[in-house]
Amino acid sequence: MPNIKHLEDICTQVRRDILRQVHKVNSGHPGGSLGCTEFFVALYNEIMDRKDTFEMDGIGEDLFFLSNGHISPVCYSVLARAGYFPVEELNTFRLINSRLQGHPTTHEGLPGIRIASGSLGQGMSVALGAAQAKKLNNDDKLVYTLHGDGELQEGQNWEAIMYAAGKKVDNLIATIDLNGQQIDGATDDVLPMGSIKGKFEAFGWTVLEIEEGNNLEAILDGMAKAKAETGKGKPVCVLLKTIMGNGVDFMMHTHAWHGKAPNDEQLAIGLEQNPETLGDY
Amino acid sequence: MKTYTYTEKKDTRSGFGAGLTELGRTNPNVVALCADLIGSLKMNDFIKENPERFFQIGIAEANMMGIAAGLTIGGKIPFTGTFANFSTGRVYDQIRQSIAYSGKNVKICASHAGLTLGEDGATHQILEDIGMMKMLPGMTVINPCDYNQTKAATIAIADYDGPVYLRFGRPSVPIFTPADQKFEIGKAITFTEGTDVTIVATGHLVWEALEASKVLHAQGISAEVINIHTIKPLDDAAILKSVAKTGCVVTAEEHNILGGLGESVARVLATTQPAPQEFVGTNDTFGESGTPAQLMEKYGLNSASIVEKSKKVIARK
Repeated sequence: MPNIKHLEDICTQVRRDILRQVHKVNSGHPGGSLGCTEFFVALYNEIMDRKDTFEMDGIGEDLFFLSNGHISPVCYSVLARAGYFPVEELNTFRLINSRLQGHPTTHEGLPGIRIASGSLGQGMSVALGAAQAKKLNNDDKLVYTLHGDGELQEGQNWEAIMYAAGKKVDNLIATIDLNGQQIDGATDDVLPMGSIKGKFEAFGWTVLEIEEGNNLEAILDGMAKAKAETGKGKPVCVLLKTIMGNGVDFMMHTHAWHGKAPNDEQLAIGLEQNPETLGDY
Repeated sequence: MKTYTYTEKKDTRSGFGAGLTELGRTNPNVVALCADLIGSLKMNDFIKENPERFFQIGIAEANMMGIAAGLTIGGKIPFTGTFANFSTGRVYDQIRQSIAYSGKNVKICASHAGLTLGEDGATHQILEDIGMMKMLPGMTVINPCDYNQTKAATIAIADYDGPVYLRFGRPSVPIFTPADQKFEIGKAITFTEGTDVTIVATGHLVWEALEASKVLHAQGISAEVINIHTIKPLDDAAILKSVAKTGCVVTAEEHNILGGLGESVARVLATTQPAPQEFVGTNDTFGESGTPAQLMEKYGLNSASIVEKSKKVIARK
């Protein structure tokens, strides 16, 4: 059984890392990062079968692709705390000459990143290629992805969603961060997308829902069920219902903190709500 | 003067198909992707021999570029196939982020480039692709001149680690390079030596340049014809050496002169040894329907145009 207390401690520390990264450079995307903290921590610490060292080809291990690259603060924190690079490097987030670019990239050789993302809608296609390469290599490990819900407005996703089912790419688990928010407001106001579940099912995917996407046990349970659905001829989609800004009360349930950093006072409040657990960088 | 002849004409896309087929037999990491244009890209033989290494994507070029990028992560060498228009402009951001910026070993293979796909008209005739691709950091841009060179280039790029744009076409054009000529990325080939004017050509306009050099020779003008098959990285040294001798240059390409090979040559000259230059190419225009021969004539992409520009540039020395 996974040690939930330990995972919660990591989550609390990751939330601190997110706030401190964006505060230092007064830029970046805390809202979606906080909303996906539990998912990222569960993924890298429990769900994925991954190696401790980083090789680009990822042969013989599960892979993860972040399609909504703007939530780089959570990604960098979790990668660092999983041992891919020194946690002190989080100090360089968005600074010149850093490997921690505003959006994740392979360009500076940051361990843990296999593709650049940021321009939205491209990650699922890349994941499909990686998943099909695994099949060619007789590699039975899985490919995981994360996408924003607003990101699904990009048409390339639907090319990929159609292809994945049509070509039976069943070693892929695509998770949608269903927080209902995007830059300009609620997704229902910006562009109502109807039933995302219904759309994925109509395209031929197996769809699972995690109602409490900020609850570690719910995530672990839901992702275990998703994993059990792989290898059955259909791609698997997880609809992860999260709260944007989760864990910092004034950032929750709003799109206001999508791409805005806290000031000194707001940072202090956020950190107070998330006391140090593993040690700040 | 060294003269060139041909006994056979063939489409350069068939050179690509033949090269891909050979790669299928020799390199197990090579995989191919196509967006519903197998026959047009001449990929049939590769697919027949390696069905498990072929990915039919459907009419979804953006998805194809992403899948290709992902396949490289598992150690594959993907060759994507569709028309030049749908290989570049339609998917520029996908290439930019998922392939070029991410440094992925994808070979973007583009047929039906330029005006000479003919009757389909301007929606399919891209004249801006070289410009778009050469602007992407780290992208190698290759435009071979005949069947043999296209086949050799296809085989050569599999051994190069990095993103490549390989451009070829639909019309049958003379085969005048040897079948056994090794393809060296970034290395210009001098076809004829001359002293009065340098003609730098790419793609099937190399043949037109050779035809032009015969006409010029008959009129007492000595032209040096250089084949630039690799537009990026450009063989600066070969161009500078030739122009140092001739003192002027004509560039010829089936592409918009804004953003094409000619501008790359002009940059090299302007920054090192300025010399008069004239451009053969389309000038800030879309194409239109017509036969390849009619279009070459109407848009001045032929030997007559190269002769005219050569005389003009010599007069400017």
